[in-house]
Amino acid sequence: MNTRLSLLLPAMLVAAATAQAADQTLIAKGEYLSRAGDCIACHTVKGGEPFAGGLPIESPFGTIYSTNITPSKTAGIGNYTLEQFDDAVRHGERADGGNLYPAMPYPDYSVLSDDDVKAMYAYFMEGVKPVDKKAPETDLSFPFNQRWGIGMWDLVFGHDAAFEPHSQNPFVNRGAYLVQGLGHCGSCHSPRGVAFQEKGYDETDANFLSGGKIGIWEAPSLRGGSGAGPLVSWDKAEIVDYLANGRNDRTAVGGEMTSVIEHSLSYLTQADLEAIADYLKSLPGAGKEVLLSAEATEKTAAQLNSAKVPVDSGARVYLDNCGACHFTRGQGASRVFPQLDGNALVNAEDPSGLIHVILAGARLPSTKGAPEELAMPAFGWRLNDEDVAKLATFVRQAWNNHAAAVTAKQVAAVRETIPATELNATKPTLN
Amino acid sequence: MARQEKPVDVVLVGLGWTNSIMGMELAQEGLNVLALERGEDRDTVPDFAYPKMADELTYGVRYKLMAKPAKSTITVRHSLTETALPYRHLGSFLPGDGVGGAGTHWNGHTWRPMPEELRLRSYVEETFGKDIIPADMTIQDFGVSYDELEPHFDFFDKVMGVSGKAGNVNGEIHEGGNPFEGRRSSEYPLPPLKRTFNDELFTNVAKEHGLHPFPLPSSNASEAYTNPYGMQLGPCNFCGFCERYGCLNFSKASPQTCILGALKQHKNFSYRANSEVLKVELADDKKTAKGVTYIDKNGEEVFQPAKIVIVGTFAYNNVRLLLLSGIGQPYDPVTNTGTVGRNYAYQMMGGATLFFKDKFFNPFIGAGSNATTVDDYAINQIDFAKEGFIGGSYLLAAQTNGQPIRSMPLPAGTPSWGAGWKKATKDYYGHSMSISSHGSNMSYRDCYLSLDPNYTDDHGLPLLRLTFDWKDNDIRMTQFMKGKVEALAKGLNPDHLNISFKDFGAKYDVRPYQTTHNVGGAIMGTNPKTSVLNRYQQSWDVHNVFVLGSSSFPQNLQYNPTMLVGGLAYWTAKAIREQYLKQPGPLVQA
Repeated sequence: MNTRLSLLLPAMLVAAATAQAADQTLIAKGEYLSRAGDCIACHTVKGGEPFAGGLPIESPFGTIYSTNITPSKTAGIGNYTLEQFDDAVRHGERADGGNLYPAMPYPDYSVLSDDDVKAMYAYFMEGVKPVDKKAPETDLSFPFNQRWGIGMWDLVFGHDAAFEPHSQNPFVNRGAYLVQGLGHCGSCHSPRGVAFQEKGYDETDANFLSGGKIGIWEAPSLRGGSGAGPLVSWDKAEIVDYLANGRNDRTAVGGEMTSVIEHSLSYLTQADLEAIADYLKSLPGAGKEVLLSAEATEKTAAQLNSAKVPVDSGARVYLDNCGACHFTRGQGASRVFPQLDGNALVNAEDPSGLIHVILAGARLPSTKGAPEELAMPAFGWRLNDEDVAKLATFVRQAWNNHAAAVTAKQVAAVRETIPATELNATKPTLN
Repeated sequence: MARQEKPVDVVLVGLGWTNSIMGMELAQEGLNVLALERGEDRDTVPDFAYPKMADELTYGVRYKLMAKPAKSTITVRHSLTETALPYRHLGSFLPGDGVGGAGTHWNGHTWRPMPEELRLRSYVEETFGKDIIPADMTIQDFGVSYDELEPHFDFFDKVMGVSGKAGNVNGEIHEGGNPFEGRRSSEYPLPPLKRTFNDELFTNVAKEHGLHPFPLPSSNASEAYTNPYGMQLGPCNFCGFCERYGCLNFSKASPQTCILGALKQHKNFSYRANSEVLKVELADDKKTAKGVTYIDKNGEEVFQPAKIVIVGTFAYNNVRLLLLSGIGQPYDPVTNTGTVGRNYAYQMMGGATLFFKDKFFNPFIGAGSNATTVDDYAINQIDFAKEGFIGGSYLLAAQTNGQPIRSMPLPAGTPSWGAGWKKATKDYYGHSMSISSHGSNMSYRDCYLSLDPNYTDDHGLPLLRLTFDWKDNDIRMTQFMKGKVEALAKGLNPDHLNISFKDFGAKYDVRPYQTTHNVGGAIMGTNPKTSVLNRYQQSWDVHNVFVLGSSSFPQNLQYNPTMLVGGLAYWTAKAIREQYLKQPGPLVQA
């Protein structure tokens, strides 16, 4: 008996281990997909437990609080079946039949495959630590508190369709699946319509990824095949570097995209990032491609190098504050200091993002591939609204840049939104 | 009763260059590593941010980034018969403070030692005979060879992104580099910094004298750079705020720019700032350490258990911690017994300032290691028997800054205030260049470190006492260099020439800045009777204590110490990873 047992045991152990391993593989896959979907960004408060929800998301209709999506049976989604989980993720329906606000990008997630939803379900049920703390309830004013209305919105403006590959190239299709689905890039980078719906959910619509806005930050066009837009002049390696590390030879990430890179894109495999780049490069854009002329670059550089700039000019403010890193040619340094010549943020129609960076500085995320949090200090303590307006105007019209002038009033409006601690983070203190 | 923290595999005392390296190496090994740093946490932004850093009064004169003598300092005396007094105002050397340590405020001069320097006593005895070594000179071999360290030098070069020109690649002499250096396995990772006018003048005159000028190896990046850890440097913009300042531009190699961001990615690494280690706690048999006791940021006493203790604080503070912890036998110069505190050495400096009415050097262009140098008077180039001294120096023409308070050289005899001073300042600001000599300092029986019998720090623990003075051998060496510098300076026909070299009878003066290259006191070697550490920087007495830094040097190099300090840290890390972890115990049998 005993001998038989001992013979059996290892076999049983092996069988058990395989079952466990399959689960672990599925959970790991789900974890990877949750990274691709950046679930953690909205469902976690700064410094809080992962996925415990409670992050306030400002929308045109009021503040929406993200929910607790840990497997807690009292405060989270621990009682959800796979089907209920699927209804929420792909169709925006809660287990109690209520509709989710489309702050949750279910119109994008609708293209997810059944297998991927299963893997994510496995991860959220078994790979996430349950947190028994309820997130605050969303409480919008009438009529936006009528969740049944979202059902109507879904019917008219929503998007609930399976993924359709349109390319002969499997890499482009993989990229399309990631960009349209989990990546939900369109939620920021596509323009919004009258009912705040995304204009276009895939490459069949020319509006798709043609540029949008999130808060004060312009999300530039991601259509990299042709026409106007920053990605047109980037090669595949530069796109991948940017997505993985928030920096490349030309630029560095700022604004809302910083967290997307830190918590989501930097976790993706090289192959997936390359697929995303392939897909973005396959999308034709509108308008004329902006070519940088060396002559325009050198013209501004010569003016700055001569040091013959009026004492109260934007050029002077640039020399005294910016030239140390971005240099007189506005080229910065590869992967360290972003190039201002032709930069998308610098040339954005709304200068608020640029103003924000000047006032509050910016910090790159630490990623596996580029662990250094390279940072620009804040200048809000040092430059008044008039100085910043002059500086931003100079930068927006220097080298190859051709953007509209900036007023002190525009600077003041951005300054109001930045906490004093941020404005003064690098202010010298008396000893 | 001290609070007790959760045990860790490794506790690092201090978080500057050495323990950033060690932290990285042991975190890669998967060990649970904790660093305790006495000073505050620091990062490029906000702490070194532009334009705050470009403030000479705050950082250059008032030493905002340095250790505070009011909290803890050392006492100094010239000889055994004197009573030492506290070093109350920093001058001669500037110990660092905070995360990154002195690695944040250095100039970036990045020299490898000469192979001969690592086996100095053997080299001198073999080449010139035993008899030329003075009776009280206590120079020794390090116990590790250049060839053993070369791969680590090579890697540390790449970690720091050193800008330079190799002179000896695998035995092949390359034009434009240092022909006298030890064999390098590869060219520097970055090309030399752009040259300034003083470089051009010095290069020409050095060549006229048959010397071999080359760009000083610099840890100020000449181009944007990514190191093996994925950490990045921006191109140096020659802002002129380097030594005494944190780099505002991500250009100077430091623990912050080269290691810490990548190290923080390791979940098994953590660090606590404002945590001052007072003592390494030993087991009852005194053969192993149990951990360390430290004062946390709230002033509470904490015991931190650990399987391995790595002491990597500033040079002489390592020695003090060993003495306060009872690790090893304190050195007594009278009976010549004991080892801890033995062989303290410093650096022998001298220099000339050349004034030219008709030449403008634009001092607004400066970088910590913007210099041209010659190594023709190095340790392996001098006939010690003929010249009557042991040692060597490199000569350099550097333009590091034009800061108005401290970088306003004027011809000798200029009034120090009033109309005469104003006129000279107007005439000569930007019209001078320097040629300096940076040389070795030997170790002697009565130059040593011990606990002070009279003075204590803010915790009531004895301060460390330094007993040190200049010796004739080293004065002879610097006088020899004076002749060489003078010849080069006169070759440039300056309108005025100021020369400053120590002469016989000179006493060590702690007031003027010299260098922060304090070495020895916890030296490595091959004999437990004459060294504190074995060749792996492991304590002979307590095998799970390792000590890193220039305290390991048995005498000082002719060069700046950072490269050797880092190379030795990697060497020790390799020994821990490949030997010690498999079989904890002494790596060298005494």
